[in-house]
Formats: sequence, C-alpha cells, structure tokens
Amino acid sequence: MGAKYFGASVKRKEDPRYLRGEGRFVDDLKLPGMLHAAFVRSPYAHARITGIRTEAAKRLPGVAHVFTFADLERWMKPLPLFGAIPPGLSARIPVMMRQIGQLALCRDEARHVGEIVAMVLASSRALAEDGCELVEVDYEPLPVLADVIAAAQPDAPALYPEWGDNIALSFKAGFGDVEAALRQADARVRERFVIPRYVGMPIETRGVVAQWDARDGALTTWNGTQVVHFVQQGLVAALGLPPHKIRVIAPDVGGGFGTKANGYAEDLLIPAAAIASRRPVKWTEDRREHMMGSAHARAQVHDIEIAARRDGTMLAVRDRIWVDLGAYNSWGIVLPYNTVAHLLGPHRVPNLDVECLGVVTTKTPNAPYRGAGRPETVFAMDRIVDCLARELSMDPAELRRKNYLTEADMPYELHIPYRDGNPLVYDSGDFQAGLEAALTAVDYPALRAEQARLRVQGIHRGIGLSGYVEGTAIGPYEGATVRLDPSGHAVVATGACCQGQGHETSFAQIAADALGIPLDWVTVVGGDTAAIPFGVGTFASRSAVNAGSSIHEASGRVKEKIVAAAAALLEAAPSDIEVADGAVAVRGAPGSVTPLATVIRAAIPTFAKPGVTALDFEATVYHHQPTVTYTSAVHVAVVDVDAGTGAVALRRYLVAHDCGKVINPVIVEGQIHGGVAQGVGGGLLEEMVYDEQAQLMTGTFMDYLVPTAMELPDIETVHLEYPSPRNPLGVKGIGEGGAISPPAAIANAVEDALAPFGVRVTRTPLGPSVVLGLLGRA
Amino acid sequence: MKPAPFDYVAPASLEEAVGAMATGGGDAKVLAGGQSLIPMLALRLARPTLLVDINRLPGLDGIREASGLLEIGALVRQRALERWAATRSPLFAEVLRHVAHPPIRNRGTVVGNVVHADPASELPAVLLCLEGVVVARGPRGERMIPADRFYRAPLTTALGPDELATAVRFTLPPPEAGWGFAEVSRRHGDFALVGAVAVVTRGPDGAVSRVRLAFFGAGGTPMRALAAEQALAGQPATPALLGEAARAAAAALSPDADIHATVAYRRQVAGTLAERTLTAALARCGGAR
Amino acid sequence: MTRTIRVTVNGQEHERAVEVRATLADFLREDLDLTGTHVGCEHGVCGACTVLLDGEPVRACLVLAVQADGQRITTIEGVAPADGLHPIQEAFWAKHGLQCGYCTPGIIMSASAFLRERPAPSREEIREMLAGHLCRCTGYHFIVEAIEAAAQALAPPTPRPTSPRE
Repeated sequence: MGAKYFGASVKRKEDPRYLRGEGRFVDDLKLPGMLHAAFVRSPYAHARITGIRTEAAKRLPGVAHVFTFADLERWMKPLPLFGAIPPGLSARIPVMMRQIGQLALCRDEARHVGEIVAMVLASSRALAEDGCELVEVDYEPLPVLADVIAAAQPDAPALYPEWGDNIALSFKAGFGDVEAALRQADARVRERFVIPRYVGMPIETRGVVAQWDARDGALTTWNGTQVVHFVQQGLVAALGLPPHKIRVIAPDVGGGFGTKANGYAEDLLIPAAAIASRRPVKWTEDRREHMMGSAHARAQVHDIEIAARRDGTMLAVRDRIWVDLGAYNSWGIVLPYNTVAHLLGPHRVPNLDVECLGVVTTKTPNAPYRGAGRPETVFAMDRIVDCLARELSMDPAELRRKNYLTEADMPYELHIPYRDGNPLVYDSGDFQAGLEAALTAVDYPALRAEQARLRVQGIHRGIGLSGYVEGTAIGPYEGATVRLDPSGHAVVATGACCQGQGHETSFAQIAADALGIPLDWVTVVGGDTAAIPFGVGTFASRSAVNAGSSIHEASGRVKEKIVAAAAALLEAAPSDIEVADGAVAVRGAPGSVTPLATVIRAAIPTFAKPGVTALDFEATVYHHQPTVTYTSAVHVAVVDVDAGTGAVALRRYLVAHDCGKVINPVIVEGQIHGGVAQGVGGGLLEEMVYDEQAQLMTGTFMDYLVPTAMELPDIETVHLEYPSPRNPLGVKGIGEGGAISPPAAIANAVEDALAPFGVRVTRTPLGPSVVLGLLGRA
Repeated sequence: MKPAPFDYVAPASLEEAVGAMATGGGDAKVLAGGQSLIPMLALRLARPTLLVDINRLPGLDGIREASGLLEIGALVRQRALERWAATRSPLFAEVLRHVAHPPIRNRGTVVGNVVHADPASELPAVLLCLEGVVVARGPRGERMIPADRFYRAPLTTALGPDELATAVRFTLPPPEAGWGFAEVSRRHGDFALVGAVAVVTRGPDGAVSRVRLAFFGAGGTPMRALAAEQALAGQPATPALLGEAARAAAAALSPDADIHATVAYRRQVAGTLAERTLTAALARCGGAR
Repeated sequence: MTRTIRVTVNGQEHERAVEVRATLADFLREDLDLTGTHVGCEHGVCGACTVLLDGEPVRACLVLAVQADGQRITTIEGVAPADGLHPIQEAFWAKHGLQCGYCTPGIIMSASAFLRERPAPSREEIREMLAGHLCRCTGYHFIVEAIEAAAQALAPPTPRPTSPRE
C-alpha cells in the first residue's frame, strides 16, 4: 500500500481556518433578507394546550410571522424515529416496544418543559424573543412523571393513555442458569446504582438556516447536525420533495457527541418557515434552550447482583435496568440494548440474566451521547465488582485479573446477539493485557503503598479501576466518492460528518496513501447530501471504520484507473507502474517519471484520437459493515478526598486502550482526552436536575457544571494494538471510549479512599455535599 | 438570550447619574462592570426600563489607602484591586483569585460585586469581616452604610432604588494581624457552596486579642459570627477552643439548600472552614511570641 | 433605542449605530462580519466570546456594544499577521490544541494577554487561566501543552554564555 501517512501524527489540514477565526459555523451564515426565529416553549412538564393567541405578537414591529401547529399543519408529520429492532435481534429476543413520533410543534399537548408551542420570525433574534413574550398560551397542567421508578409503576398516570402504562420498551435477555449459580455461590453482592441524567453539552449549540429557492423548487438547509442524510430523509417525508431537491449541509460544527445526531423539531420547522415565509430563516439555539430542548442522556437505574466463588471466580450476574427515556421513545432499542450488550464487558461470566425497562417520563427525551448506554452499564458492573472485591477481601485489581478475558479467548462469543442482530462475538483484543498495561504504567503497587502512607497522615487517597469492551463502528454502511480533478488533486466526498474529529486530515491520510499523491492534494468533503446521495453519518465511533474503509477502497479503484492510463501512456505493463507523490513512473526507469496531470490529460480525447483510456478517474464505494468491531480499555483514577469538606480532587488519570490500527496517533489521543473529560464531568460535576414537578432546575452553566482545566489532570495514555479483522484497514472506533469508564473509576476511587469509613458509593456526580453525606456528616 | 428592551444613558457627572436613577422610578439599574447585571438581562430575569452607565463618571477609579482605611472607588475593576493587592494585601489577593476568572475580573468592579449582594460572593463577607462601609449617593446627598447594616436578603441591600454606591471602604487589619480565607466551590472560580474569612490579632501573651469571622454561602446574606468572636476574645489560642468556637458559629447559621448542597452540608462545612481559617489566621499573626 | 459608537477593531476604525441592548459579541459578529468571535452561552461562563478590550481579555457577551464606544478591540481576526500564523496559533496547531475549533478563538485571546503578563508560566498557572474557558472536545491536556509551547516560542532567545576568552 505504501503507507506514508497512515500511522503518522500529521498536523491537521483544517486547523488554520479555526485558528484564524475563519471557520464557517451555522450562526456565521448570513443570507440576504434573512429572518430570525425564536420559539415559545412549554414552561410545564405536562399540559394540555387549550388555546393560543398570536395577534399581539404579530403586531409587534419587526415581527414578520407567528406560526403554530395549525399554520404549518401540512408539514407536521411525526419526527423521525430511530432504533427499530433488526430482525436478527427480534428473532432471538422478544422485545415489547412502542414508539410515538414527536410532532415538531405541540398540537394540543406538551410533554416536557421546553417542548415547542409556537415559532416567531422577526428581523432580529431580539425582536423574535420580544414577540415570543407576547404569544398567549392557555395551559391546563396534567400529571407529571418526574421519577423513572415511580413512572414505571402500573398505577402511575399514563403519559400516553392508549398505552395504559409508561413502559415503552421491555425485554429480557441472558444465558445459562443464574438461579443455580446464585445458589452455589460462596459470595453474593447486590446493590442499586443510579446513573444520573447528564449530557453532551457541546460549546456550540444547535443551529439551522434554511433557504427556499422558488426557481429551482429546491430547499437548502445548513444544520449543525451529525447526520445530514437522516435530516434529509426526515425532510423528504415531511415536505414531499424528492431527495435531490433537498440539500442538507453540515458546515463547521462545534462539537456533537451524539447530541447533534437526532431528528429534532427545529430541523423541520426552520425549512418549513423558509417555505411558508418565502424568506431565508435562521435559528441559533441559545444555551437556555439547549438545556431543555437538546437531547438528554444516561439516566438509568441498575439493580444488580453478582455471584462468585470464594477465590473470586465470577459465576453469575443479574441486572434489572430502568432507562429514563424522557417524553418520547425516539431511539427505540438502541440505548437499552447497548446497555445490556455491554454489561459483562471484559469479564468472563458464564451466567447472565437481565431485564430492561424503557420508561417514558415528562422530561426532555433521552438519546445516545458518547458511550450511549455503555457508561451506564460499566458503572453498574464495575461498582458491583468492587463491592464483590470488598466482600471477598480481595484487591479490586486482583479480582479483575482473575476474571478478565485474554487474547487466547478470542474470538469470544457472548450468547446474546449484538444490537444489530448479529452474534455478539468479541473479535480481537486482550483485556488481561490491557489491565496489566494499566497497572504497570500507573505502578499500582507503589500507588497502594503511597495510599497506606498517606492514610497514616490522615489523607484519604483512593485508587479506582474500570474496564470496558466496546462494540464500535456500527454499520450497516458508509460511502465515499473519490474523484480526481484535471491536476490530479483528489476530492473525497463521504457521508461522514465532522464535528472536530479531524476527518479532513485522517481521511486524507487514507486517500493519499491509497492514491499515491501528497496529503495536501486531498480535499475531504463531508456533511453534504449533494456530495454523495447515500449516507449514515458520524456517531457510534463509526467513521474511521465505515467511511475510512470506503475511502480506502474507492481510492484504490481510482488508483487502478491511474495505473491503466499511465500504462497506456508510457507503454508499459500495469504491474510495472508505480504511483507516488503525485507522479507515475515505470519501475526501474527513473527517466519515466510523469506528473499525474499529464497522465490525466492524455485521457482527454482530441480531434485526432480518443484518450489513452476512458476519461474516468472517479470511483464510488459503499462499504458494507454488517457488525461492530471491539475495542477495550482499562482506566485508573487516583483521587484525594477531603473528609472535612467532601471535596474530591482528581490527581491522576490513566487509560490503557486498544483501538486497533491507528491512522493519526495524536488525533486518537485527543479523542481519548475529550472523552475522559466528559466522563470525569459525569463522575464529579454534571447532572441535569429535575424537581418533583419535572421542572428543569439546571438551566444555565451556573448550575450544569462542565469540568474545566482545574478539575482535570494531565491524561496519561498507553496504547495497545490488536488490529480489527473486520475491515481492510484494521482500525476500530475511538470516538467514544474515553467517556465510558471515568464515572466508574472515580466512584471506585472515592469508595476506596473512604474505605476506613465503610462508605458505599451508589451514584454520581460525587459533589462535595454528596460525599459528606456518605460520611454521615451532611 | 437577548435582553428585553431598555433605555440607556451614560451620564458625565455624579449629579446626572443620581438624577437618572431618580427618574427611573425604581426601575433603573446602575451599569458599572455589568458582569452580574448583563447575564440577568440576557436571561430576562432583570427587566429595567433604564440602564445608567456610570463608566464615564470621573474620580471613581481610585484605590486609596490612608490611616488603615482602604477606599475603593465604584469603577475600580476587580483585576485592578488584585494587581494592587499582589504586593500589599495577601488577603485581598487570595480572595480575588476566587472571584470568577480574569476576563470577568477585568470588567467586574469591586463595588459592583459588593452591592450585588449574592449570598455566595466572597467580597461581601470580606466587607463584613473588615467592618467596611458602603458610600452611597442619592438625591438627598451622601451617606455611609456600615457593612453590618448593608445586607438585607439575597441580592437586596440597604441601598435605595435612587441611590448608587460611589465607593466602599474596608478597615485594613493591622500589620501584625493574621488572616485566613477558605471556600468550597465545585469548580475553581464558581460561586462558593460555603466559605469563611477570618482576621485575628494576638496579644503579647499569645492569647487571642481580637477575632473577626464571617461566612458566605451560609444564608441569605453574609454573616458575622459575633458570639464566637466574643467567646474567643482574650482566650488562649488552643485548637480545642478554636474548634469549639467554629462549631458554635456554624450551629448559629441558617443556610439554604439548593441542588448543589444541603442545609446540613453548609452548616457542617461552615464549621470546618471556620476552624481552618481561624487556625490559618493565628499562624499568620506576626505579633505572637 | 440606538446609539452611534466609534470603535477601533483590529486597528481599523468603525462608526455604527447600534441597539443599546446589543452586546459587543453581537456587534462584532453581525455588524462587522467578524464571526471568529463565537457565542457559547451569553452569560459569561464558557469564554468562547473572549476578546481584548484595550488589551485586556473580556467576555464580549458581557459588554454592551455601546460601552465599547471609543475603545480598541482585538479579535481573533487581528491576531495572525498578514502571512502565516501568530506563534500562539502555530503552537496550538503543532500540539493538536484544538478539535472543533469553537472555543479556540476565546482561548487564544486570553492566552495572548496571559503570556504577556506571565511569559514563563507553570502548567498549574496555565490551567488556572484556562479555567475561565470551557472546552468539551480536548480535555484541555493538549491546550496546556500548546500554551506551554507558545510561551517557549515567544520567549526572547537566551544569550549564549560567553567563554572565558571572550
């Protein structure tokens, strides 16, 4: 292949524009005659809407339009739903599931604080907000569902009366005989763990700009989304236009994390407003809207039990799981099943019994966020494993050592399917080796010795471990079109969308290697439905594998065309043609070096003769990825706990991970760092808090606490490499992994630090008041 | 998040400013640094009809130290006081390090923070601890409001709706006094969950001669621990006595609960921080044997 | 209500009528088309909108445009020379100190003032300065390294020690 760029930490091609402030984010767009949108949002968690009066708002100077459901009814199809159960999964695990699509504007009922009731268009955002204050809405409050366990009770008021209860999804899964194993066990530990609601919170909020071109009968919409083709499909269904008349562009996007990979109301409302008003329309979400209107995440309860022999050999795990879905089950099987599929992780456990309920509540809908069910399940498992270690008086590292799978176990089949309906088979990795690598890198024995010394001085240091196995790069496909221009430069168009992961560089690395041209001859275009007609998007750590493989294969096909043309031009055998650094040559004939542009020009027909080959230096490949490929990692957290104030300081954080072959090492490290930071936030600081009236209490950055550089240490990383056998590049996904383990590692570390007090940690975030409460002092 | 509409005036003299506040009829707000006001405008939690921007007023940007009094004019930025304090007052330097972050301190004013009266703010507690005074100017002239009569309730002070603060004065501790400052916040620069500031002088015999101890984040306003101060005056500075006084001071507090901390947490940790700040203050005393 | 203001931004003078409730951030982005200053929260916490006002970092979302009348403002667009990048920008590029780029301009503005005042900062001091800026992508680790590298790049060259003969 001639891997000149693959594996190198090349500087990112996209950085200069960001550094100079010359990026193009959605709010940077200005179109002539543009109107600004603002929304009237429900202040109630659940209410019937019995009247809306918009005359006063319409009369405000500067307000151009006020729209309610009735005004836009022709376009108000339910928003897209995700997470249908694949046949391979439903064949093996019966799942009861109900999904009702959200309407972009409330018709007669609002089901969470922040749901959209009306839209105001004005000449400025400030005037649009003034207009919103003049819209009068009559609300009749309805019963709220603020707690997931209470909402799951059969006598709880039903959010959807036709359902009779609030269970949107339920299934059981497992293998072996857990009851028998529990009876035979020497040790059984059971606990209930609560993973709070916390969220992606990108620094750029969402935004949509839309423009209707009457002459072309076409809509263009710019949207800070991770999934341009999904958004396009939603608009096709709602607007009744063919796909090629709807162009969805994700320009520069300031962080996604899954939060921007949804089918949101505004994705439809802004285009509808542009069509209805015959003016371009812009909406930029403000932070307060974001807190209530952009997807929430996590929010699970696990009642988990583990059984083992006295020597620590794990025998069985039983877990009862409640997932707080919020008001709409938009994501179907995804989060609940991800949770179940990843529960056992790197542990060898011969018996499993899980029961999972997805419950609707009157809160912002729950959607995948970096990890998507895995952080929750790893929290439950790693916590119960540490509780088991304490029960057996074993060091938590030793207990894991005893039960982690190794390379000799690969491929390792878990006897439940994966979420895509295919068998769940770990394809590669050595989780024992990952554990040893982490413990060695952190010098675990020295840490324990230092902990003992500090304890004598009254300093409460704790060490916590967490390990995961992650199915990454879910398919079913992604595509790429690779096309050379007359100079030999390449444009790579892909359905993947970028929110900071460095696609313009890492994908260019793949293409440049496969084509034999310099890195700066490659331009990557993602996030534009006009550039490639079919696509899935960027989430689930899937783009390096799915888009990367299609780019690699398509580039290879274009290179074959270059070789054929060069062979014809230079009158050599194709097998003797070499392509490197943007030029071709005949092997062994240094004088034959010919620039790519010359080869391409030779393919152009003239009056005298046809080109040396067809004038075609283009290829499209849609790479089929039937199932995931597995990464793994072990995280180590070292904390100091101030027993007088409850404050937890994170002193060290180390990750030992495998993500297969690495395209750009520094980009991979950056992804891990960012994931860890978000996970640390989940462990120590972040929570979306609702009160008993399901009112959102965390409405600004004063209350939703994103970690800063002072709450994080340097993040140490150790790389292991077990190439994936499931794609031509041997890569695996790394976008999410960093976020999976930190809450578990930190919770284990805090419990370890406070071991002399016999504290048991059952929830995060571990703020000072919570920690002091654990110590019985608050 | 755009503010509701308001009128705006930038007076050139104090008289004009006072006049503008009076015509506002209680609906006018002073704009100095704006670091507390503008977020409230953006969230539409504050909806004044008139903003009186005092940034052009002359003579309000001075930091003057004389005869043990530190007077800070209404336009002195927190960062300016921080720079002044770097070589002159370790107490103020340490306190200001905890107030938000440098870009906020570059605009936010000391006086603005003091009169904004957020219960979790540090400077109001320092004003109380150092027995300071707020200099207010209104249609009826100038008056001095002592710190212990200044704070009424969260975000509510003794300033009238037509008054503006032109300066604050702190009584600087004598050079031989020691100081202590501690707070618990969830992140660096955040509002405190609870905090304490203490200034202590020792007599020639090593006993405590004078104590000032104030809490913030432990109630609707900053609180002086008067009973504890009196109990410690003239007493030997033993850890046991300090601890007892700190716990008694905390027990007298009525903190609030919110999503970040319980009542019990604030009370318990107020006591812990009181003990830590008193101990630190004693250690810093220069006059002890 | 509108007022006319005169401001100098990146060395260029502008005179504009502004709504009194418009922030400096809105003014820079909407009226002057300087969209490199980003808005992340509009309540002063995230730091994305940080610019230099008379040389000092401030939150452009917490300054009303009318308050900037008569003052000098530097935004990210004023940092790079005509050709190439400023050493701080080069350091961020070399150290992978950015991912999505949204928080980056604010951090670079703060860092430029910080390094003028503290030319040889420790990593702890860098982290304390950075605490006023939220980043969701990087976990801050490479940003700290970038600012450290920028400090070294901006430091005046150390004189060679003279040998006994000289």
